[in-house]
Amino acid sequence: MDTTLRDGSHSVRHQYSADNVAKVTSALAKARIDTIEVTHGDGLGGSSIQYGFGKLSDRELLQAAKPVIGNSKLAVLLLPGIGIKEDLEMAYREGARVARICTHVTEADISAQHMDLAKKIGMEVVGFLMLAHMVEPQKVLEQAKLMESYGADVVYVVDSAGAMVPDHVRSRVSLLVSHLKVKAGFHAHNNLGLAIGNTLAAIEEGVDVVDGSLAGMGAGAGNTPTEVLVAVLDKMGYETGVDLYAIMDAAEDVVRPLMQRPQVIDKSALSIGYAGVYSSFLLHTARAAEKYKLDPRDILIELGKRKVVGGQEDMIVDVALELTRAR
Amino acid sequence: MGRIRVGLLGTGNIGTDLLIKIFNKSKCLEVGMFSGIDPESEGIQRARQMGIPASADGINAILADPSIKIVFDATSAKSHYVHAPLLKEAGMIAIDLTPAAIGPYVVPAVDMNKSTMGEPNINMVTCGGQATIPMVYAVSRITEVSYSETVTTIPSKSAGPGTRANIDEFTDTTAKGAKVIGGAKLSKSIIILNPAEPPILNQHTIYVVLEQEPDQRAILASIEAMVDTVRGYVPGYRLKHPPFFDGKRVTIMVEVEGAGDFLPKYAGNLDIMTSAALAAGEAIACKMLEKGVIQ
Repeated sequence: MDTTLRDGSHSVRHQYSADNVAKVTSALAKARIDTIEVTHGDGLGGSSIQYGFGKLSDRELLQAAKPVIGNSKLAVLLLPGIGIKEDLEMAYREGARVARICTHVTEADISAQHMDLAKKIGMEVVGFLMLAHMVEPQKVLEQAKLMESYGADVVYVVDSAGAMVPDHVRSRVSLLVSHLKVKAGFHAHNNLGLAIGNTLAAIEEGVDVVDGSLAGMGAGAGNTPTEVLVAVLDKMGYETGVDLYAIMDAAEDVVRPLMQRPQVIDKSALSIGYAGVYSSFLLHTARAAEKYKLDPRDILIELGKRKVVGGQEDMIVDVALELTRAR
Repeated sequence: MGRIRVGLLGTGNIGTDLLIKIFNKSKCLEVGMFSGIDPESEGIQRARQMGIPASADGINAILADPSIKIVFDATSAKSHYVHAPLLKEAGMIAIDLTPAAIGPYVVPAVDMNKSTMGEPNINMVTCGGQATIPMVYAVSRITEVSYSETVTTIPSKSAGPGTRANIDEFTDTTAKGAKVIGGAKLSKSIIILNPAEPPILNQHTIYVVLEQEPDQRAILASIEAMVDTVRGYVPGYRLKHPPFFDGKRVTIMVEVEGAGDFLPKYAGNLDIMTSAALAAGEAIACKMLEKGVIQ
């Protein structure tokens, strides 16, 4: 599943234009990517002061993608607590057929009503257990089983902070693969430079679905670069079904020109992976660091100590204010 | 002076905390029946130990006692839709602590008297609403608010099955409350659960966007005054930082430390809900006694 137009949205502060969406979607469809996710970085309803307003509404994003998506499936992301069931209904009307419902790794039960609805209206349901590095593998499995019981067709181990090393991935993915009846998935971030390696580890443990993003465009240092992953898997003898040249062109010719900043492992992104903090905090922290004249790393390390979870962007300012007071 | 007999529906965390608050602190209320649907519930056992009639017969146990005048419903939105008409028919005033919101919203800090009097069913919005709406109102009473956005973060341990099944209802009701009571033209509500150990305190960030450039001093003074008002019934309510301005936007960050009556102090979100419900119930009951309602 490609998440250039969702996780990548964080990288452009949710300012994708209809033209960006159409071009990226066509390029992905042309390369025969199975599922294309298109939503605000924080999911349906994410456009807000807390996460940043989108240039386009979720409906407009979907309307830009649907006409050019060809045979690929259109997916949307939703975090209960931010997006609501009506948002899923809207997404379905606009052509989305895959609903990726995310909760923090310990809070699967808040997704029951959303998964239930998505299944009822005829969508494939993917459960996302975010910041999966924060708890033991057994706990991840326990929560994955809950999502399975709510109707999820796939349950993902999500390394939202890009904090996992391959062994962490193996221990979590293998449990899901051996104990779930439904498929298992893995979503990586590259903050420790391990996105490809972690994704390979997940595949070796039997994961069925993985995420990528063109040129790695995504939160923090970015996601697993789709085009690189395809090349690697090709070389290893896997049948990806993806057109390698077309996906390389998509990354280089369509996505790179619209990047607003390079997807690199700079000091902040590295600190995010190191501290185990949600990747989308990167740009918000940079802004707070500038405003309050702090080192972003200090803010990120403190957020990690507090075990802050995804969605808590307001805590960035809270920490910044406290650090300023302490100075 | 006598007391008004009340029923408590729902024997979980919120119901039990309310039971203990009424038992310990209330002047005008006494609990006539504490009823839920789970016979194994710790709440029911605790009530019995306290000498309070308790039952696992749900609303039936309450309807069976016509001396009950006010009923606090701390079950779930879905259940409250069933309970509300039954309570109305029985002539019992309903104080709804779920996001069902059949009746008007009541946020004691804003204007209790107007909205509680005479209504057969009043709604306590949500725990997030009780914490954030006073802040939105504190701003809107000074200047026009075009948009408010509230982010409520609660410790996972304080989120029971009722909350978890009602996430959408929570955000919907909280946002509506911010408009209707808080005075915002448009509003959005976000809720986040955080499982960190030791549990975090309940915290809220309230972003308020104004139509005009702010009179910062007036707004700050209004916020401080409102914080004091809320502290009148929720002593653990406080600003985390001085509110700050960014053009036409003001950011307010509050945290709520629970009283620790029954629930641990980190469950400030539940405490503010029960404290607000108690304040509303108390106001209705004391008024009834003043008017000489026969018990």
